[in-house]
Amino acid sequence: MISARGLRKSFGAPGAEFEAVKGIDVEVQRGEAFGFLGPNGAGKSSTMRMIAAVSPISGGELRILGMDPAVDGPAIRGRLGVCPQEDTLDTDLNVRDNLYIYGRYFGLPKAEVNARVDELLDFVQLTDKADSKVESLSGGMKRRLTIARSLVNRPDVLLLDEPTTGLDPQARHVLWDRLFRLKQSGVTLVITTHYMDEAEQLCDRLVVMDRGVIVAEGSPLELIRQHSTREVAELRFGVAEQGETHDALAEKVEDLGDRVEVLPDRLLVYSDDGDGVIAHVHERGLQPVATLVRRSTLEDVFLRLTGRTLVD
Amino acid sequence: MATTTASAGGRLPLLDGVRRQTDYWAVVYRRTWRGTVVTSFLAPLLYVLAMGVLLGGFIDGDPTVLEGATSYFDFVVPGLIAAHAMQTAVGETTYPVMAMVKWQRIYDSMLATPLGCRDLVAAHLSFVLFRLATTCGVYTLVLAPFGVYGSWWGPFAAFACQLLVGMAFAVWVYGFSARLDSEEGFGLLFRLGVFPLFLFSGAFFPVSNLGTVGAWVARVTPLWHGVNLSRMFALDHVTWWIAGVNVAVLVVLTLSGWVWAVTGLEKRLVT
Repeated sequence: MISARGLRKSFGAPGAEFEAVKGIDVEVQRGEAFGFLGPNGAGKSSTMRMIAAVSPISGGELRILGMDPAVDGPAIRGRLGVCPQEDTLDTDLNVRDNLYIYGRYFGLPKAEVNARVDELLDFVQLTDKADSKVESLSGGMKRRLTIARSLVNRPDVLLLDEPTTGLDPQARHVLWDRLFRLKQSGVTLVITTHYMDEAEQLCDRLVVMDRGVIVAEGSPLELIRQHSTREVAELRFGVAEQGETHDALAEKVEDLGDRVEVLPDRLLVYSDDGDGVIAHVHERGLQPVATLVRRSTLEDVFLRLTGRTLVD
Repeated sequence: MATTTASAGGRLPLLDGVRRQTDYWAVVYRRTWRGTVVTSFLAPLLYVLAMGVLLGGFIDGDPTVLEGATSYFDFVVPGLIAAHAMQTAVGETTYPVMAMVKWQRIYDSMLATPLGCRDLVAAHLSFVLFRLATTCGVYTLVLAPFGVYGSWWGPFAAFACQLLVGMAFAVWVYGFSARLDSEEGFGLLFRLGVFPLFLFSGAFFPVSNLGTVGAWVARVTPLWHGVNLSRMFALDHVTWWIAGVNVAVLVVLTLSGWVWAVTGLEKRLVT
C-alpha cells in the first residue's frame, strides 16, 4: 500500500537546511496497522505529511497505492483518510455539516454523502450530537468526529497522526476501540504516536524513529524480545536518605540484570526475573523507597536504542 | 471509495475543484450574510446620503469640472461603488484568509482531500466575486431611480468594471494575506493602502484637483482605473482609448495577482 525508499524531507533555504527525515525505508502492507513510534521531533509527522500526498518529498522514492504523489496527488488523496494531530474541524459548523461538507470535497454525490454521514455518526457514537456545534463537544468527541470525517470517502488507508494525544484515559480507550474495529473491517491504519501503550495496543508492526532515521523495526513483541528483557525492576530511591547519586547506586546493582538504565527519578534493572532482582537489592542492604516489577514495554526498547525516553 | 479523476500534473480540473467547495461557501454565506447586510448595503448607502446628497448640495454641478457629471451626486456615486468594491474585496481576503490558513486551519483539512491550493484559491475568489456581484448589484439597482445613469447599457458595463477592479484587489490582497505570519500586517495594509486609495483615487473629487504630479500618481493606482471606468460608463461619457487602457491594466493585475495568490498559498501550506 505504501512503499518508501531512502525517503527524505528537508526544510529551509538551501545551505541552511534542516533535515527532518534522513532517508527511511518503509513498507506498509494491505490491512495491517503500521506505527511510527518516536518522540516529538523524530520526523514522524513530516513522514506522515509526505505519505498523505500533501508535502512534496525532498529525496528518495515514495509510492502510495502504487502511485507517485508528485503526479497523482488528487487520486491518492481521494483514497486516503487523514486524521491530523490537531483538530481542523470547522468550529462554526455543526457536527453533521462538518462531515457533509468534507464528503463533498471528494466529489461524492449529495445523497451518498448524506447516507455516509448517518453511518459515520453512528460509528463514532455521535448521532445524538449531529446538530450540535463543534465548539460544544468534548476533546474526545472532537477527535472521534475528526476520525469520522477522515472516513467519509471510505479510504483504503487511514493516516492517524498522534490520534489520542491530549485525551483522558477513558476517551483514549473509546477511540482505540473504534480504531480496532476499523482494522477488523480491513482498513489499513498508519499511526504515529509517542505513546508506547498506544503503539502496543494498535500496531501489528512498527518502526521506531529517532532524529529522522529508523532505529528499529518489527512487531511490538519482536522489538521487546530483541531489544529488552522480559521484565524490568524499577527502583526508586529517596535521594536525601541514600546520600548517594543514582550513578553510584547503579554500580551496586549493575551485575543483577542484563543492564541498568539511570533515569532522573529511578533506576531500571533489566532482567528476566524482576522479583529476583528486588530480593538481591534488599540482600545487599540497599533500601529503595519503592520498587516495581513490570514487563518490558516499547518505552524500554526506545530507551535502549536511543538512550532517551519517549516523552521528554 | 470516492471517485477522483485527476488531470495531468496532479490537479483536479479547476471547475470541478471549485464545484466541490460550493456547499462549504454556501454554508459560510448562510452563516455570515446577516453581518454583511450592514457593511455591504447599509454603509454604502449612508455614504451616498452623506456625500452625494448632503455634501453634494453645496457643490455646483459643472460637467466640465466633474468629468461629465451634471451633479456631484452623479459624479460621486459611480466612484463610490468602485471604491466599495475594493473594500469588499479586501475585507473578504484579509482576515478570512488568515483564519482559513492559520487560525481555524480549514485549508489544511481541505488539502488532505483531492483538492489542491489552486482549487482553494479559486473557490475562495469565486466567493469574493459573488460578494462583489451582490454588493455592487444591489447598489446599482438602488441608485437606478435617481437618474444617475446616462444610458441603459452603461450601468451593466460599469457593474462589470466594478467586479473587475474588486477582483484585481482580491487576488493581490489574497496573496499578501497568504504570506502574512501575523494579522498585524493588515493594520498596515488598511492604513497605508486601502484608506489612502479610497480617499485619493478619484472617487470623491476629480484627480485633476491634485495638481499635475498628484493627478498622475492617482492615475497609476489600481483603484483609479476602476473608478474611472465605473464613472465613464455610468454617465455614458466614455473616452474609449482610456477605457481600453483602464480595462487592460485591471485585467493584467488580476491575472498576475492570480499567480501571486496561488503561489502564496502553496508556499505557505505545501511545505
